[in-house]
Amino acid sequence: MRPETERVKTVLLDVDGWQGHRAGQHVDVRLTAEDGYQAQRSYSIASAAEDARLELTVERLDDGEVSPYLTDELRAGDAIEIRGPVGGYFVWDPTVEGSVLLVGGGSGIVPLMAMARERASDGSRVPTRLLYSARTWEDVIFRDELEQLAAAPDGFEVVYTLTRSQPPGWDGYSRRVDRDLLAEVAPPTDELAQAFVCGPTPFVEAVAEALVGLGHEPQRIKTERFGPTGG
Amino acid sequence: MPPIISRGFRGRRRDDAPEGRVPPGQYLTDDFPVLSAGPTPQTPLENWDFTLVGEVDELYRWTWDEFRALPSDSVTADIHCVTKWSKLDTTWEGVSVDTLLADVETSAEYALAFCDGGYTTNVPLEDLTGGKAWIAYAYGGEPLEPEHGGPARLLVPHLYFWKSAKWVRGLRLIATDEPGFWESNGYHLYGDPWREQRYWGD
Amino acid sequence: MDALTLDGNAAAGVLQEVFAAEMTAAAGTCDGCGAVEALGAVRLYTGAGIVLRCPHCEDVLLKVVTDGGRIWIDLRGLRTLELSA
Repeated sequence: MRPETERVKTVLLDVDGWQGHRAGQHVDVRLTAEDGYQAQRSYSIASAAEDARLELTVERLDDGEVSPYLTDELRAGDAIEIRGPVGGYFVWDPTVEGSVLLVGGGSGIVPLMAMARERASDGSRVPTRLLYSARTWEDVIFRDELEQLAAAPDGFEVVYTLTRSQPPGWDGYSRRVDRDLLAEVAPPTDELAQAFVCGPTPFVEAVAEALVGLGHEPQRIKTERFGPTGG
Repeated sequence: MPPIISRGFRGRRRDDAPEGRVPPGQYLTDDFPVLSAGPTPQTPLENWDFTLVGEVDELYRWTWDEFRALPSDSVTADIHCVTKWSKLDTTWEGVSVDTLLADVETSAEYALAFCDGGYTTNVPLEDLTGGKAWIAYAYGGEPLEPEHGGPARLLVPHLYFWKSAKWVRGLRLIATDEPGFWESNGYHLYGDPWREQRYWGD
Repeated sequence: MDALTLDGNAAAGVLQEVFAAEMTAAAGTCDGCGAVEALGAVRLYTGAGIVLRCPHCEDVLLKVVTDGGRIWIDLRGLRTLELSA
């Protein structure tokens, strides 16, 4: 277990026979209680394919069925059931040439982080910009690692927008992602090869619509909706 | 392959089930989970009507105002969803299906409930009459919320709750049973929770 | 649209069990309106089972129900499915 923020933890799993995965894929986690009661949820894989262990970065939802178990109860040596990796639509394609835009809201950053890690471990120089929307600086997951990735001179940039409150001296964006913000952050329409948008459903819908409104090709915009979670 | 038991996992359910109130395979909840086969319809009340069609002597139709003017019942019922949650002592207000069928002449033995959004479900007429079913417009003392089926839903608590069709707009009376939206794709035609009739062949 | 609505990515696991192939990247043609979308990009609803709906006309594309052993799938809403070999 690795704490990330106050409500977010990364669970590191050893999976027998794990054959690797593509960045952007997820697993379905199924928990069974002793009396047979079951609950199942999907979690995006946060780790890159080369990592020794499978990492799931989970946000604890207060009224959640599965997330509180994963963040609060799970201990080393415990077993959970996972199915996957699954997904072939919302996956990083390292062979595509042209700029990449990653837009994440709240816990939507998780599959995008897998993509950023995969990109770095491949030594890719594909121009990639991550736009990450979080409520506060304390809610930004993978902060230190993102700063390191952005510092490397390989074409990876991170732009944050903090929608609820900002630290003193903050000179970045401080509002919800809108069309104007995307116009400033997204590459020009003839340069964007792939966009990946992930987060709560209303966030994804708004961003995808705005990108199309700016003239980006809908087929180049891939979306993954996480439902009405925070962010 | 038997499932892996996760130590310490309990989920959100309650474990203080009163004797004989929770059907086999069900778990008690305090929540009211929202499950849906499609987007929440937005029919304005001035466009809403409830109709009885099919094997009827004439078309029966009530506008919202006419429907709300009918005598109604307060209902307290336990409800059981096929996805395994049960909720006890839920309270509703609605018009009994008996009231709606009072003057109807029909030889039909089954009904297909149809709804805004296209959902359908089939129920034997015998299970919709005799004080067993209502068209409910209020839950917990408040007007029924759209995400729970408002303005009105079918309420048939003695069957699995997928039969209590949300956003109901009428009943088509039919001579022979016809599977509805879920019954045509694996779910049991009848759906008695006490006999655990969840799927085909149960 | 409802904040609760997910997309076809959430059905990736069950569809992979049914088809023994990754399906979210498969392009489905809606039998209602003819629109073509990757299954990962269409609307997903969870009722008693899973329903995928066309984001353009809302018609049902497919329904999946499972009892843990059997899987029932209704594909009538899809005119065609295109998969990459």
